[in-house]
Amino acid sequence: MTQEIIKTEHLVKRFPVGEDEFTALNDINLTFNKSEFTGIIGPSGSGKTTLLNIIGSLDTPTEGRVIVMGKDITKLSHKESAKLRNLSIGFIFQIYNLLPVYTIFENVEFALILQNRSASERKKAVMDALEWVGLEHMANKRPSKLSGGEGQRVAIARAMVKRPELVLADEPTANLDAKNAHAIIKTMKELNKELNTTFLFSTHDEKVISYLNRLVILEDGMVAKDELRNNELV
Amino acid sequence: MKLALQLAYKNLVGAGLRTWLNAIVLSFAFIVIILYNGLIDGWNQQAINDGINWEWGYGHLLNENYDPFDPFTIQDGYGEFKDFNNDNLTPVLIRQGNLYPHRRMMPIYIKGIDVNQAILKLPTELLKHSDASYPVIIGKQMSESAKVKVGDKILLRWRDKNETYDATTVTVVGIFDTNVPFIDRGQIWMSIKKLREMTLLKHKTTYFIANEKFSLSETVGWEFQSQQYLMREQLKLINTKKISGSILYIILMTLGLLAIFDTQALSIFRRQKEIGTFIALGMTRWQVVRMFTAEGAMYSVLATLLGSLYGFPLLWYLSITGIGFEISGSEFGMIMAETIFPVFSLELIIGTVIIVIFSATIVSFLPARKIAKMNPIDALKGKVS
Repeated sequence: MTQEIIKTEHLVKRFPVGEDEFTALNDINLTFNKSEFTGIIGPSGSGKTTLLNIIGSLDTPTEGRVIVMGKDITKLSHKESAKLRNLSIGFIFQIYNLLPVYTIFENVEFALILQNRSASERKKAVMDALEWVGLEHMANKRPSKLSGGEGQRVAIARAMVKRPELVLADEPTANLDAKNAHAIIKTMKELNKELNTTFLFSTHDEKVISYLNRLVILEDGMVAKDELRNNELV
Repeated sequence: MKLALQLAYKNLVGAGLRTWLNAIVLSFAFIVIILYNGLIDGWNQQAINDGINWEWGYGHLLNENYDPFDPFTIQDGYGEFKDFNNDNLTPVLIRQGNLYPHRRMMPIYIKGIDVNQAILKLPTELLKHSDASYPVIIGKQMSESAKVKVGDKILLRWRDKNETYDATTVTVVGIFDTNVPFIDRGQIWMSIKKLREMTLLKHKTTYFIANEKFSLSETVGWEFQSQQYLMREQLKLINTKKISGSILYIILMTLGLLAIFDTQALSIFRRQKEIGTFIALGMTRWQVVRMFTAEGAMYSVLATLLGSLYGFPLLWYLSITGIGFEISGSEFGMIMAETIFPVFSLELIIGTVIIVIFSATIVSFLPARKIAKMNPIDALKGKVS
């Protein structure tokens, strides 16, 4: 039986541009189920990142409702949405956004510190996460010492260490070469299968698309196509 | 708060040289503030001790007609105290006269004091044991201005109670060194017994100096001025110095705090993506504000630790050796030693630490408040201006 994890209802997002408004998302109605490995595809400015940011409760819709893991994010306080992000959502950014003064270990550990987990629990979880991405030997290095591919793998470990139900990845392969992009997406696919984590990507990278089970194509802020590519998951 | 401190500590350690530069500037301000206040407190303590030991004793019992600030009252400002044999009171008689050192006329006060007194540090035993007919002791400043030395004989002229002039040669039997100008400049000290004989003022006294055992009973015709009352001018002077000193440490603190403010404001601008990431990872905006505030406050903690490393040995050394000044403040009418030994009380150190930490926290909070209004999306994109 499928478990609904995200639902958007008549989602509209407008941004002020001078005296006018730009509609980034227009009447989006989508449902995403647990364990999906879905890509939001579209050209620049189609609203992919905006949709991810709203689902991740970093932004709020202008109109409509967004239900994430049973919670209407339009009604959450700052504190509640922070709690939702901390416990249930992992973010992976295009430029990794690793904290420069922390070691790799500390970067991954951060989310667990926010959850007040004990030091021993944190250590085990961080080393497990680094093992998933094959970087356990670099735990004490700083992000500046990493290559692009390694940096993004640390970002994946950071997103996964808290075992979130949902991972939102914004153009995760945009700054990587083909080899690294394939390696990254394979890692995420493995984690998706192993841990049943729902992955939602925004991307226009062909390499990523080939791994996806579902494609949601956005054009000018509207859903142009919603295509299932692998029936076993949906 | 524990989390904010934990993260702030990691950020500070990670920031390396930038952290240490700020901490050094602040620690310098911190040490100078303690040193300056310690110097003022040391001066204050020395001045009060000198005042008590050389001039005030434990209070003065003044004849009601005598006003120490009005020289015209000296002429008639004396009387006979019914309990003049009280062991707890040392009598002093003041008269006016002229001294003629090196044929130069010098208007002076002639002060007669009980040669057996033990309340003041005045070396009155020299008067007691001298073979001279009219032995006197004078202060160092008086000896310099009159250009006289021990053993010199000088002509002294005065008027007795009947307004009749008389004169004799007095012998300088001792020169004392004091930081209290009010018992030194323009005066000579001699035996009260001799002065009473010279002026025909038998049993007359201008004021008494009380010792610690003196208790005030009926003193009709006499006014008691307590030690605290006699100190008031000195305390006023010290307070004025403290206020003017506070300007110096406001400037120093401002420099240190500006460095923190500047670093924090720049840091918030430069670390927008980091702030956005913190929020994306599940921190509330106020948690981030607290973290940045704690970071700023920690500069002051580091400054305190750093200041302790180099400052405490330095302050300890200065408190032992003292700080010398080229000229004595007593030349300007202040009780001030040529070498002041700063006093660093626990109160002063803890008070300064609290002020520095509190101020650093405030100036760190001011720029950090901006985070509370930051849009995390703009922060992640580095678009906050």
